Amino acid sequence: MGIIKSVKLAFDYLKYGEDESDVQKVRAIDDVTIDIEKGDFIAILGHNGSGKSTLAKHMNALLLPTEGTMWVDGIDTAKEPELWKVRQKAGMVFQNPDNQIIGSIVEEDVGFGPENMGVPTDEIWTRVEESLTKVGMIKHRDKSPNRLSGGQKQRVAIAGVVAMRPDCIVLDEPTAMLDPNGRQEVLRTVSELNEKENVTVILITHYMEEVIHADHVFVMDSGHVVMQGTPREIFSQVDRLKKLHLDVPQVTELAYELKKSGIDLPDGILTKEELVEELLRVSEKMKSKPQSKGTRSEKTSGGNKASGKARKKSNEREGTKK
Amino acid sequence: MFKDVTIGQYYPADSILHKLDPRVKFLGTVIFIVSVFLVRGFAGYAFVTAVLVTLIALSKVPFRFMLKGLRAILIILCITMIFNMFLTPGEVIFQKWIFKITREGVIQAVRMGVRLAYLVIGSSIMTLTTTPNQLTDAMESLFSPLKVVHAPVHEIAMMMSIALRFIPILMEETDKIMKAQIARGADFESGGIVKRIMNMIPLLVPLFVSAFRRANDLAMAMEARCYHGGEGRTQMKPLKYSGRDIVAYILIFGFLAACIFFRITRL
Ligand SMILES: Nc1ncnc2c1ncn2[C@@H]1O[C@H](COP(=O)(O)OP(=O)(O)OP(=O)(O)O)[C@@H](O)[C@H]1O
Ligand SMILES: [Mg+2]
Repeated sequence: MGIIKSVKLAFDYLKYGEDESDVQKVRAIDDVTIDIEKGDFIAILGHNGSGKSTLAKHMNALLLPTEGTMWVDGIDTAKEPELWKVRQKAGMVFQNPDNQIIGSIVEEDVGFGPENMGVPTDEIWTRVEESLTKVGMIKHRDKSPNRLSGGQKQRVAIAGVVAMRPDCIVLDEPTAMLDPNGRQEVLRTVSELNEKENVTVILITHYMEEVIHADHVFVMDSGHVVMQGTPREIFSQVDRLKKLHLDVPQVTELAYELKKSGIDLPDGILTKEELVEELLRVSEKMKSKPQSKGTRSEKTSGGNKASGKARKKSNEREGTKK
Repeated sequence: MFKDVTIGQYYPADSILHKLDPRVKFLGTVIFIVSVFLVRGFAGYAFVTAVLVTLIALSKVPFRFMLKGLRAILIILCITMIFNMFLTPGEVIFQKWIFKITREGVIQAVRMGVRLAYLVIGSSIMTLTTTPNQLTDAMESLFSPLKVVHAPVHEIAMMMSIALRFIPILMEETDKIMKAQIARGADFESGGIVKRIMNMIPLLVPLFVSAFRRANDLAMAMEARCYHGGEGRTQMKPLKYSGRDIVAYILIFGFLAACIFFRITRL
């Protein structure tokens, strides 16, 4: 059994109508069975309202299952009387950096978790220093969080979780409110924690570029886990993802369009380097073929046109998103 | 307009006042405020002023930060002074129509003005040199005897420290919503008092909605970080008295004694 495991997990939100007897149930997740190994970097994708946050809140026992079971490090969250013991195993970072920083000084905020857990004073200080160093925020330790950038605030929030020494960190769209720089900062911090400290990371995100380096990806749609696998497996099914209203990384999209316009590329290209390599291979292959120069240049220019088209398309997509 | 509020605005610096135990600073501030209302004569105020100036110098906080707090209560200050000036009975020194200014009125107005100003500067020194968390820790510790009668001391302290942290954020948000509504043609400046209050609705509704959402998010974030009340909680910065704090207590009570002396002798 992995660090986080759920079997047939389902959850209903209760919606209250005008009078008290009018209670409606909204099924937010249904029949979710997952098993997450210790030390993995997991990404969860899904369009708005697909139940990602609801699932995440189960991993931290902020919500308890309506049906099915959720185990965190072997503890059944529905049976544990002291829920904070579950919460110290799976820390959680939320979307809005302002609404999750409790302390009015960076270091006091990082100490909040350990204080609640009853860690002795001396050790709180070691933990605070250690975790602020890990996220690269030690030089801002006595600043007010209000004076930090979004990315820095989010790193403080991560440090606050790291100070609790959890086995697992769940991040619910931690970069959604950040600019590209802040996003990079946060992502780098998270990957470092995963690689160096072997912390299990569960990242919920709308940015496909953040998913590429994950070990395993879950795709959710209307409360169900509809796809899972390595990023390459997931992103090689561009058509299916589009049906689920999801994007693919820009490079993958470009490769997909190139392939559609007749260039012989494999499915699921994830990085620029890969694409360049594959394109080189393709052009090598064409060079070695005893064909006239004309055809080849025609082919490449065709490729360029296609890439232009794909890029334009992805730009348009960006536009509509805004 | 809201940037002027200094309450809850910590100014980091390395001064002896910053290092003092917050309980000392809290009690000291209470005693200072009491003293400001105790003394009446010129010598008394000269003494209090000297102490205040020393404290400002010791705090290493630029004086303009304390003035910011004053600016926020400027209107209250003026109203108080005007009322005192015109409404205190005594020897008339200036009269026009139904308005008359008395000698006692002027003295009383100046006294009230000084009292209010010193009250604000005095408490600003405390809030500028003490983090809100330290402050609420101090209150929790000072009021902890009340736990015996089941007063929710820890909870109130926690609520206060959170309120203090969110004041600047909500202020900023108010500013933002205000500008957004002005851009849409809202008018917060003109009209009578009723109209003005009605005009506040497009400001207050989004502000409340956002405040509730924040409260909800924050509660969740606190729970996620294992918050489960004051029981079994340790402190990162537990309050411990040192020699310096004892000296400060002695000075504070010396100061109080001096002020009582000034009061009795009417100096
Ligand atoms: N507090 C709530 N009360 C009632 N229904 C809710 C509540 N929170 C979420 N839901 C519903 O549950 C479903 C799943 O919501 P959830 O927040 O888990 O989605 P999500 O995948 O995190 O979406 P997003 O990408 O917008 O964050 C949605 O249909 C939503 O309307
Ligand atoms: Mg969500």
